[in-house]
Amino acid sequence: MQKAAQQKVINYRKPSVGRTIVQNKTLILMCLPAILFFLVFSYLPMPGAYIAFTNFQYNKGIFASPFVGLKNFQFLFISGQLGLLLKNTVLYNLAFIVCGNILQLAFAIMLNEVACKGYKKLAQSIMFLPYFISDVLVSLLVYNMLNYDYGFISHLVRSLGMEMPKVYQNAGAWPFIIVLVHLWKSTGYGTVVYFAAITGMDSSMMEAAQIDGANAWQRIRYITLPTLKPTVIILFLFAIGGILKGNFGLFYNLVGNNSMLFKTTDIIETYVYRSMMNSFNFSQSSAVGLFQSVVGFFIVLGANAFVKHLDPDYALF
Amino acid sequence: MTEKIHAEHLMHTTHIRKDKSQIIINVLTYILVTIFCIVCIMPFWMIIASSFATEESIRRSGFTLWPSDYSTFSYELLFRSPDQMIGAYAVTVGLTLVGTLIGLFIVSMTGYALQRRDFPYRNGIMFYIYFTSLFSAGLVPFYLLMVQYLNLRDSYFAILLPLLMSPWLIVLMKNFVKAIPHEITESGKIDGAGDFRIFYSLILPNLKPALATIGLFLALSYWNEWYYSSLFLTTKVEYRPLQYHLYNVINKVASLKNSVAGSNVVITDLPGETLKMATAVIATGPIILLYPFVQKYFVAGLTVGAVKG
Repeated sequence: MQKAAQQKVINYRKPSVGRTIVQNKTLILMCLPAILFFLVFSYLPMPGAYIAFTNFQYNKGIFASPFVGLKNFQFLFISGQLGLLLKNTVLYNLAFIVCGNILQLAFAIMLNEVACKGYKKLAQSIMFLPYFISDVLVSLLVYNMLNYDYGFISHLVRSLGMEMPKVYQNAGAWPFIIVLVHLWKSTGYGTVVYFAAITGMDSSMMEAAQIDGANAWQRIRYITLPTLKPTVIILFLFAIGGILKGNFGLFYNLVGNNSMLFKTTDIIETYVYRSMMNSFNFSQSSAVGLFQSVVGFFIVLGANAFVKHLDPDYALF
Repeated sequence: MTEKIHAEHLMHTTHIRKDKSQIIINVLTYILVTIFCIVCIMPFWMIIASSFATEESIRRSGFTLWPSDYSTFSYELLFRSPDQMIGAYAVTVGLTLVGTLIGLFIVSMTGYALQRRDFPYRNGIMFYIYFTSLFSAGLVPFYLLMVQYLNLRDSYFAILLPLLMSPWLIVLMKNFVKAIPHEITESGKIDGAGDFRIFYSLILPNLKPALATIGLFLALSYWNEWYYSSLFLTTKVEYRPLQYHLYNVINKVASLKNSVAGSNVVITDLPGETLKMATAVIATGPIILLYPFVQKYFVAGLTVGAVKG
């Protein structure tokens, strides 16, 4: 009896776990669907990463398949496959990040200088449109332009008396095509983000500058750009955090199973998808996937630590 | 700070005058932005134009901005045997409606609970959710779980479920709810309402812009879905979601023929190119038509969740 009473006093000071749960049961229940969702679709697959260390046999399942240690990884390293995938993935992402940010910043700053409000709105709406369509349709748009026999650009080139290369057989052309298509699709999105950051900034400085007679270049150079600097740096660092992640939808729809183009267009995601769905090589596919996840995880941690060092307010965790 | 001083110094040395650079920038902007806008729209226009061209004119002069010979044959073919198209529409509209409603409900409920400062587990649960965007097991274990353990091959649930929510959407919702004054929750508590009741009758009505934004993100991901379909729906499924149907029409000759099966057209006469374009127009039409009305909600969402997303 006495013990129970003592317990009660302690409970009064610091509620026990059980009691906190009961007190917050509604809030916990409200989170439960989301908790279950991530448990099933994100956490349950995690032990399955073991498959990367096995010689997977479909009928036996993941955990009864023979263990082979690091053999799958060894093969990927020695064959040079992983090196090529890494190179392509990283280079594409760097091109996306650098070209994308320059274009987005330039358009956002330019739009901000325009006085006509209707034009600003209309331009933003139109630039944002490509973001809304599926990658399936994007592939058709590109086909529409570049198809050797019927493509718009092919005909344009021929009408100028030049020879049109067979683009869909020419691996060297695709880095440019993919980067351009990516810019086409994502510039509007980024422009809207930067434009929002510019409109959100303190206008008094701008007005003071105007009264003092600073011209437009000077205002951009000494006010707009410095104000945007933290946003740019932070978005850049987080983009670097995702440097091993690829835009699967875009690459797979543009290139698909056209093996003539793989040398310059195969990224981690497309390799993982194809080697699972087409060649049923589950073990190697998951080895590449696991490599991406683990290395990518540490890159994100690094990027976040760097952001935290610059400005703790912007760090993700 | 140093920049500011530098800027001020510069401003004082420049005299007030008619700003020439402003004019240059304006002219440049109008030219460059207008060109880019045209580049953004032109491919859409070209698909519509090509869908109304005759197959013969495309063989002769390729895809053009204005069809030299006008024809609605490809649309007639699609409407002569509309089974595939109607089925695809039904699947996509159904998935979009159901998925968006369930997803919105769960995301807003979770977002509300996780921004309550008096909820002791909010940081733990947030981390649990956020961690999944930092580390994942990869595609293969996920695929095997869905196919071997959950038995979801050839089931529409394999598309409906994985798209219901994402850590990013929950964070976005949390940021939206934070903007609602905490006093509303407090007043509800004083009146003796439970947490769910407070959420349902006091918070939700104030969340309309957030619901519009996040609902649109969800709806867009369902409407544009082809990825999970390509993973989990085999040929046994009669009706595929729209975009996956379009994917098959573009990439697989057999599907192109199937899409107009029963329309009594000799296969060699099939207007392959214009048929692809017409299918694309029908599959994407609603998005483009709705776009002018909904895009402002996306802009609102980007402004709230852009940097810290």
